[in-house]
Amino acid sequence: MKRTVPLMIVMVGGILMMVQYFIPHQYSQAVFDSYVSWAPIIAAFALILGVGSLTRVHAHKIRRKAENWQYSWAVLIPLYAMPVLAHIWPVSLSGGMDEPSIFHFLFMHIQVPIQATMFSMLAFYIASAAFRAFRAKSALATVLLLAAVIVMLGQVPIGDLIAKWFPQIGLWILRYPNLAAKRAIMLGVGFGILATNLKIIFGVERNWLGGAGK
Amino acid sequence: MRKDWIGIPALGILLLLASFAAAQDAVEEMTQDADPRPGEMMEDTAGVEGTQLQPAVEGVPEEPGPALDVPGAITVEDKDNDAGDQLVVCFEPPADTSGVFAYNVYRRKAGETGEVSWNLVKIIPVLGPTLFIDGYDPEYPIEPGTRYEYRVASVSLEGEEYFGEPQVAQAVPAGELYHTGKTKVLIAGGLFIFLIFYYFGKAQRGRQMYLRPIAGIEAIDEAIGRATEMGKPVLYVPGLSTISDVATIASLTILGRVAKKVAQYQTPLMVPNRDPIVYTVADEAVKQAYLEAGRPDAFDPDSVFFLTDSQFAFVAGVNGIMMREKPATNFYLGMFWAESLLLAETGSLTGAIQIAGTDAVTQLPFFITTCDYTLIGEELYAASAYLGREPKQIGAVKGQDACKGIIMAFITIAFVLSILDMVADTETLEWVRRIVTVPIVD
Repeated sequence: MKRTVPLMIVMVGGILMMVQYFIPHQYSQAVFDSYVSWAPIIAAFALILGVGSLTRVHAHKIRRKAENWQYSWAVLIPLYAMPVLAHIWPVSLSGGMDEPSIFHFLFMHIQVPIQATMFSMLAFYIASAAFRAFRAKSALATVLLLAAVIVMLGQVPIGDLIAKWFPQIGLWILRYPNLAAKRAIMLGVGFGILATNLKIIFGVERNWLGGAGK
Repeated sequence: MRKDWIGIPALGILLLLASFAAAQDAVEEMTQDADPRPGEMMEDTAGVEGTQLQPAVEGVPEEPGPALDVPGAITVEDKDNDAGDQLVVCFEPPADTSGVFAYNVYRRKAGETGEVSWNLVKIIPVLGPTLFIDGYDPEYPIEPGTRYEYRVASVSLEGEEYFGEPQVAQAVPAGELYHTGKTKVLIAGGLFIFLIFYYFGKAQRGRQMYLRPIAGIEAIDEAIGRATEMGKPVLYVPGLSTISDVATIASLTILGRVAKKVAQYQTPLMVPNRDPIVYTVADEAVKQAYLEAGRPDAFDPDSVFFLTDSQFAFVAGVNGIMMREKPATNFYLGMFWAESLLLAETGSLTGAIQIAGTDAVTQLPFFITTCDYTLIGEELYAASAYLGREPKQIGAVKGQDACKGIIMAFITIAFVLSILDMVADTETLEWVRRIVTVPIVD
């Protein structure tokens, strides 16, 4: 029962969604909308489990005084302080209600810059990864290096100044060999997604059921 | 060069001035036409059907007639392949469009009365198409089975409306039971499902099937063994997407297999999650894997945990774990975006053996560069079959291969036809393309 009911729900739901794709009628759309509307409701409840998990892991660390346990406070305090400042106590720095709140201040001056910093670090990581990728250690790596140089120079004005054919060759590499490889991968991905969906709908793949799947 | 720089903005300003002057002339001209001369009275007739601006000059007989020509007949058809919430509306533009700035299209339910019952559903510029699909505006949805009435107004530059005759729609919106534009998808999908089931059956009958070895999957055992020897944990990131992403589901099935091996080797496992639902499923999958391995007592409830749903905060958290815990093996399997390189490069710096797999084409180069093994696209979906070696799973992989074979055959035929077309100056490939290509459907 523990296994059959979820499998039946998935099978019926999966087949219904497949059939629905070909039926544009309003009743078919209503069924689809009703299914889709469940997702945010489930996600909202699952968030409670997620926050519970995070709290449990860090509470254990603090209790056991595990290595670097002090950092756990840095997770737990903002985790609970931010919702409190947003919903329960939305006061401003001066104590009034008309200025931007403390939550807004913390969000704009701590969270946003930290996230921007993480994202901007990508530039340095790309440089380091490119250095590693473009080391001409083999014949294939040399082809990659040459192709990359041509494509990069073809995208900037200096490439046109060096040789008129740089942009054309760069564009050709992007349009033909590169696009062909991309499409081949995407085709495989498409078939992979379809096969995985079928395996789940017809109960061949049951790992997602966790303990109930066996 | 310097002259060019000065010339371009100067020319732009001149053009702007010229167009501004022309527009002003046009406005003045129209204002003179519309404005009452001294001694005349202007009636406010906006909103009246077949509206005219009626000059009333004493002693001069009135000559009623529209100041702007009004649009003509309106044709309404039901749109094909919809849920009965769209209508195709077409109206005849006025013969004389001088002074017309745009057309306002109004709709109401047939039988309703009063000016307020009209809803403005579309504004079309004077040079825009006079055929449009009504029903896109969520403010004024079209109800299936309801007959509507339309009217179109010519709008002057001053915003005055001159209405044409209202017209009851000739058609009632109705939903269809089959989308005719998706027939080719149905045929291709049916063929694919048939092939998958055919190979399922073959595999179940005990037919041995060959699977090409994939280095990344074969290295999983070796990577876990390395972590065991070093006494360090294994880090598994199941992507950053939600459970509705098939790549995440594929990753979770691989997680089950990896966790089983980790349990057998008694190596610590860490599974940080970005999505709370993925976290709950991952937790169940790992718990079950430890149970299957005969070591339920070794399962650490803190090994699978939720971090945050913020993309870069998650990256910061996982990178912190990598730098502090120094896992010997990192798995990045699932859906990744910009964070792929941030994660994999940090893992590479810690000296961990890294196995990645994703179906995100744009992130593959980053993983290939920084990881020891990468599962490219469909290999991520096939990994579960490789690890489990269950006949039905292998059958599904063979079904995929058969479909790819069909696509390859099509590409080869197209290649040959294109060469023949070039040689013989025919259009056979175009003819085939028209049959095979799926039209863009909504």
